[in-house]
Amino acid sequence: MSRKLMSGKAESHKASAHRLSRRALLAGTAAGAAAALTHFPAPAIAQAAPFKLGLLTVKTGPLAQGGIQMEQGVLTYLKENNYMLGGRKVDFVSADTGGNPAGTKTKAQELIERDKVDVILGPLAAFELLAINDYIKEQKMPIMSLAAADNLTQRTPNPYLIRASACSSQAMHPMGHYAATELKLKRIVTVSEDFAFGYEQMGGFQATFQAAGGCVTAKLWPPLVTPDYTPYVAQIADCDGVCQGFAGSNPLRFMKAYASAGLKYPVVTGETGGDDALLKSFGEEAIGLISCCPYTIDLENASNQRFVDQIMKNYDVIPGFYAAGLYVNCMVVDAGLKAIGGDASDKEKFTAALRAVTLADTPRGPIKFDHLGNVVGNFYVRRIQTEGAKYGLKLWNKTIKTYENVSQFWTWPEQEFLAHPVYSRDYPALTKC
Amino acid sequence: MTFWLLLTVNSVTFGGLLFLLSAGFSLIFGLMRIPNLTHGSMFMLGAYLGTTFLSGALGFTLNFWLAAVLGALEVAILGALMERLLLRRLAGQQLAQVLVTLGVSFMVADLCLMGWGGDPISVATPPGLAGFLRTAGAVFPLYRLAVIGIAVVFAIALWLMLERTRLGAMIRAGVDDPQMARVVGIRVSQLFTIVFALGAGLAGFAGMIGGPILSVYPGLDQDMLPLALVVVILGGTGSLLGSFVGSIIVGFIYNFGQALLPELAYFVLFLPMVLVLLLRPQGLFGTQVL
Amino acid sequence: MSRGIARGLSIAVIVVALIAVPFVITETYYVNIASQILLYAIFALGLNVLVGYAGLVSLGHAGLFGVAAYVTAYLVAGGFGHGVAIIAALVAAMAATAVFAALALRVTGVSFIMITLALGEIIWGVAYRWISLTNGDNGISVPGRPKPFGISLSSATNFYDASLIVFLLAVAALAIFVRSPFGAALCGTRDQPRRMNALGYHVWMIRFGAFMFSGLLTAVSGILFVYYNEFISPQALALTASAEGLLMVISGGAATLLGPVIGAALVVIVKNVVSAYVTRWNFMLGAIFVAIVVFMPEGLVPGAVRLARSAWRAGSRKKTTAPAAEAGR
Repeated sequence: MSRKLMSGKAESHKASAHRLSRRALLAGTAAGAAAALTHFPAPAIAQAAPFKLGLLTVKTGPLAQGGIQMEQGVLTYLKENNYMLGGRKVDFVSADTGGNPAGTKTKAQELIERDKVDVILGPLAAFELLAINDYIKEQKMPIMSLAAADNLTQRTPNPYLIRASACSSQAMHPMGHYAATELKLKRIVTVSEDFAFGYEQMGGFQATFQAAGGCVTAKLWPPLVTPDYTPYVAQIADCDGVCQGFAGSNPLRFMKAYASAGLKYPVVTGETGGDDALLKSFGEEAIGLISCCPYTIDLENASNQRFVDQIMKNYDVIPGFYAAGLYVNCMVVDAGLKAIGGDASDKEKFTAALRAVTLADTPRGPIKFDHLGNVVGNFYVRRIQTEGAKYGLKLWNKTIKTYENVSQFWTWPEQEFLAHPVYSRDYPALTKC
Repeated sequence: MTFWLLLTVNSVTFGGLLFLLSAGFSLIFGLMRIPNLTHGSMFMLGAYLGTTFLSGALGFTLNFWLAAVLGALEVAILGALMERLLLRRLAGQQLAQVLVTLGVSFMVADLCLMGWGGDPISVATPPGLAGFLRTAGAVFPLYRLAVIGIAVVFAIALWLMLERTRLGAMIRAGVDDPQMARVVGIRVSQLFTIVFALGAGLAGFAGMIGGPILSVYPGLDQDMLPLALVVVILGGTGSLLGSFVGSIIVGFIYNFGQALLPELAYFVLFLPMVLVLLLRPQGLFGTQVL
Repeated sequence: MSRGIARGLSIAVIVVALIAVPFVITETYYVNIASQILLYAIFALGLNVLVGYAGLVSLGHAGLFGVAAYVTAYLVAGGFGHGVAIIAALVAAMAATAVFAALALRVTGVSFIMITLALGEIIWGVAYRWISLTNGDNGISVPGRPKPFGISLSSATNFYDASLIVFLLAVAALAIFVRSPFGAALCGTRDQPRRMNALGYHVWMIRFGAFMFSGLLTAVSGILFVYYNEFISPQALALTASAEGLLMVISGGAATLLGPVIGAALVVIVKNVVSAYVTRWNFMLGAIFVAIVVFMPEGLVPGAVRLARSAWRAGSRKKTTAPAAEAGR
């Protein structure tokens, strides 16, 4: 049903006036698109009204930790740039969804209909994004999501969505590859939250892990709210490694319960399970945890140095994936807006410009976008250790391998990848091994 | 085999923690006839306060047990204040009292978020209990075994207090028949404050004891309150033995339900509560019908 | 007589004002907020039948709300027509209500609160954990709103108008209910259950009827909710949602017609509008609630009426005593 709706929309785009940029984008050459766009003379009129930047985040309730970091990431970038994006003064509106879907809908309406924002950053969680996806399409609102639901840049793409962080399975593809080829693990039990983000992470892991000769022997799905993980940890057996995909504060409690049960198998995880922001909360039980993340605090480049310094100065926090993700989102908005001379009034054109952005130096390294709006960038495999810890931390994420220019399709051809169903609880299925 | 053993031990551990949480809840419920819906908040607040003493944010660092006791004392004082300033004004209005506790729980949750931020705080296992006990082909974390011990010690201490002291006698009298207790000269109002503070303090203490297992995070209050409710309804309000047995039962249902019947985990958790309310409204060991 | 006219007139004024909302408030955002207020007002009115008129406090109504919402979403997403989905949702919710009532009405007081809470948590638990049926935390999206009589409800104004019609029907039904002998009997069972029994009333049956009526209104609000959001997930069924409903009833004024509506407006506005300006809106909601229960236990509407009356009395007393004082001097 929604698929039909989508293809109809895509056609109407083709018929619209932006045929040139559209075709360029479809050809997949982001740089070409940027060039095509700059051919249009940028409107030289001074943009008197401020550019309205909206943020959907979570500042109250159980998901607040990541949500507050998201806002700090945005504010750090704005402060650093004197509240100017793409040459325009910025009016920043931040909305607290409370982490529930109905709240997200209302807050999205608030940003779009009342505050008339030009672009939305966020939301945080996949279930929030899913709750507003249709509405966003209806409103043709460019949205730079942190939420990772795979299909919104894959089989049922939202033409207004741009994702500079990662889709759910994107970091797990390299993780699965690494676990099989470098860690030489053979049999792994996966354990992750019982919702889309968890399924897609574990599915991505299983796909590349098994392609490289490994085998997933069991999948466990605790609910998002699980005060004590022991009932699940107790089921981990007959394996030589564990892949966890927890988010929020859950990685802490999982690792504790895991260590408490006396389990010693190596643990691998994705961007949320080993987030840098959790380093100060983790205890010794996390030493050795290997994670793959689109951002790493130990990346040594100019813009990451600046980002970490600034956010620590402003808020005295150790930034992680959430803060960095939103900081990068702001960089993309900045660059995209600049490319069209600061005029964001045409949303199709603005979305195209955002998708055409290529940045060589961001806190997460170089990034560009594929034609569906999802990022192509570096992914870092890190190990938690005590050596080299900075900023007063006791633990540190040390990068041990960088996978460069990883797309959401991993190494598979796009058509072949998209021909498979989206990763779910039962796909890929468990095989006897 | 290890699976069953590990889950069994964990069920008892979790039950022990639930007992610390719900013993006070049960006494308050039994004496004042209201479910104190801030009890989960007290649990969370005790844990947050305790971690603050541990962290050295105040310029000094206490050891784990001292931090737990101090946190519990602070929560007890807050409980006493809440009883004096809010619940006292609504004496005799059961419904209004329940509603006030609900409102306060909203406030405490947001205050904690304001004071401690959204970051989860993990609590280090107290030194000396970080190891494992290896036996019967499985490993058991010492701390989790210690929690069982702490719960048993508290159960005995509370039992002695109730059975052997004047205060305990007054509480028992109040639970059995508040009108009668007043007639024979027990200052019921003072007793309410003491029991409320005691219950809150126990919840706060439980929060810190649970810290190394659960860690502290926003939303911990909402995770724990329903469990305490199930325990107390199951065991019977105002009954110490009831909370103890109820806690262990809920510990088992919770652990095995999650592992064996994940889709119906909450169904099997709350169904006993419904059944007890219908078939044995005084609970397994209680004497008073709500 | 004049009182009746005044009442009729004031009702007419309110209705006209409600119809005028989308014309006065042209911003879509606020029209949407108004729709939310209406749908939560129906929820609160339904809860009020039990809390206010029957004296039975339920903390499980979000579960009934959820049954209606989930059945609607499930069927519409599964390709059924809106009419079929809505009727099935009402039937399912009424069946759930009957089960709730049959179990919970065996007890009263705090036991009733506890048993409804447990039943509500069971329904939440199923929505949350029975993933193959409910899609768990990911929720179910509803593709589009219905088009009754060919009028699409996808625009904010049309949805508001539809909600308003449903709301006015609900209020009218409630007004008739309250004034009916059944309503009077219900209040009797609240205040004097034993005497009512002695007088030959079947207390249980009366309460059961009230529970069903309450469940019906709750189900209607659940259906409006799912069409408003075009999405449903377990959070809408959580204990907090039941608690918020109770907050609406109590803060506005239990056992009044207007109270729950004002309470719903208060909660929706604090949650959605005030939260844009006040970061600590959760704290504020809790504090308002505590303050109302402690200082204005009858709720805002009766409380305001009381204050107005006493102010009026004080004013008229001044008027009458002033000459006397003068004479005394």
